[in-house]
Amino acid sequence: MNLPKTFFGWVGLLIEQYGTMFLRGTGYTLIIALSGTVIGFVIGLLVAILKTIPVVPKDGWLKKIGLKVLNVILNVYVEVFRGTPMIVQSMVIYYGSMSMGIRMPVLFAAILIVSINTGAYMAEIIRGGIISVDKGQKEAATAIGMTHWQSMVRVVLPQAVRNIMPSIGNEFVVNIKDSSVLNVISVNELYFTGKSAAGTYYRYFEAFFIIACIYLVLTFTITRLLRLLEKKMDGSANYTIYGSQSDSKASIKLPREGDVPLD
Amino acid sequence: MTDNRFTGPILQVEHLKKSFGAHEVLKDISFSVEKGDVVSIIGSSGSGKSTLLRCINFLEQPTDGQIFFQGKNAEHDWPRGQYHANVGMVFQSFNLFNNMTVLQNCTEGQIRVLKRSKKEAEEKALMYLEKVGMTPYIKARPAQLSGGQKQRVAIARALAMDPEVLLFDEPTSALDPEMVGEVLGVMRDLADSGLTMLVVTHEMAFARDVSSRVIFMDAGVITEDAPPAEIFTNPKHPRTREFLSRVLEK
Ligand SMILES: Nc1ncnc2c1ncn2[C@@H]1O[C@H](COP(=O)(O)OP(=O)(O)OP(=O)(O)O)[C@@H](O)[C@H]1O
Ligand SMILES: [Mg+2]
Repeated sequence: MNLPKTFFGWVGLLIEQYGTMFLRGTGYTLIIALSGTVIGFVIGLLVAILKTIPVVPKDGWLKKIGLKVLNVILNVYVEVFRGTPMIVQSMVIYYGSMSMGIRMPVLFAAILIVSINTGAYMAEIIRGGIISVDKGQKEAATAIGMTHWQSMVRVVLPQAVRNIMPSIGNEFVVNIKDSSVLNVISVNELYFTGKSAAGTYYRYFEAFFIIACIYLVLTFTITRLLRLLEKKMDGSANYTIYGSQSDSKASIKLPREGDVPLD
Repeated sequence: MTDNRFTGPILQVEHLKKSFGAHEVLKDISFSVEKGDVVSIIGSSGSGKSTLLRCINFLEQPTDGQIFFQGKNAEHDWPRGQYHANVGMVFQSFNLFNNMTVLQNCTEGQIRVLKRSKKEAEEKALMYLEKVGMTPYIKARPAQLSGGQKQRVAIARALAMDPEVLLFDEPTSALDPEMVGEVLGVMRDLADSGLTMLVVTHEMAFARDVSSRVIFMDAGVITEDAPPAEIFTNPKHPRTREFLSRVLEK
């Protein structure tokens, strides 16, 4: 077999031989990063909501103590997972559970690790988002009789999530890159496939050049897509003035029997 | 839900006290409000007017004392949601839900708290938005409105819950002077329609011309409680006299 002499020759050869493997690695990386971000978001949301449950004097002691204990547990979780590297968490969780006789499939373990790790960061991000929504709106919701849960879900969280969209997107991009550390538990993600491909001919530069390009394409595309999503969430900057003379489509229409409701 | 046969005072505040830490802001406040009363609460800054309103609808937990609505203890005998629907509040800073349109702002509470259907809630909302002159803006978001318009929507949102009593905390203080009139106009109409209102205000003309009673607060206590004619022409307490001469000469 004639081995290539140039850089791009090697790149071509590696793509030809390992292209499908790289694609599979890309798929794994995307699956791990996406599920990790989504599940991490849900964990963060739960933690943030649980941490903002208000205590009023007429609550029983059981609720008061329960909330205190819960708060301590949640704080420990956030501190531990923000305070240690994910590569170490991977080893501890994967081999720790193995020594307890639990053999997790690696992909499952990978998603689990990224989710728990992301959850700890998301909890703080979402807490910041909740604080960013002015207290008056929560009070107004309370003042018309909405419960804590209703006002959080309907008023505070939608605005909190919108405000932190850039940070959520950032977590996703970070997860795409940082899931590479999961190669230590031998998940077939992108970095791992790069390592395998490089090993055959000892062409590390060429193999990881390809891997770098794929990472860059992924993060670049996702960043743009998230920008678009943010624009969409903001909705239209204009509104129709009903009854306006200049706009023939606009007319005040009070709903009548049988009308479809206004949105 | 609300008791139409009940004939006593619609709202009674008895020995209400509120402290923030060691700072006693409300010191044994008692008064009652009859159905249809329009009560203006005046007094200098820091005298506890906002705290009083916030305690009445439990945005602040009173340290001591009781509140009765239609003769029943507001804290123990009324489900909290029901009580809030009956005793509404309009804030100085409007506090509209920024993620919703004007119409949604006015239907949300009806749907979630009163369990009205969307259609029924929208009819009700449109009726009150019409009353405050905001029908053209039902699709607008709060950020797209002027202060006066926001406050009129906030009033419609409170009215849509069909409250028996509406509390106003300086509803015009955050407004540019040219918008104060439009909001006071709406409040005048409400007073004329017989709604029971408790209004913390610095608008002495409103207190004098629209209210049926004026309460003067000073350092956490009610020092005077009388019809406007009496308070404005013949204030009894020296603190009231001093306050009125200060605000009226402006
Ligand atoms: N959450 C709080 N924590 C501590 N102190 C508070 C709190 N809310 C109000 N106070 C204090 O209570 C006192 C009364 O405040 P309040 O807002 O009720 O006065 P006010 O009569 O409404 O004044 P203004 O006319 O300026 O609105 C003030 O000294 C204020 O600093
Ligand atoms: Mg005040």
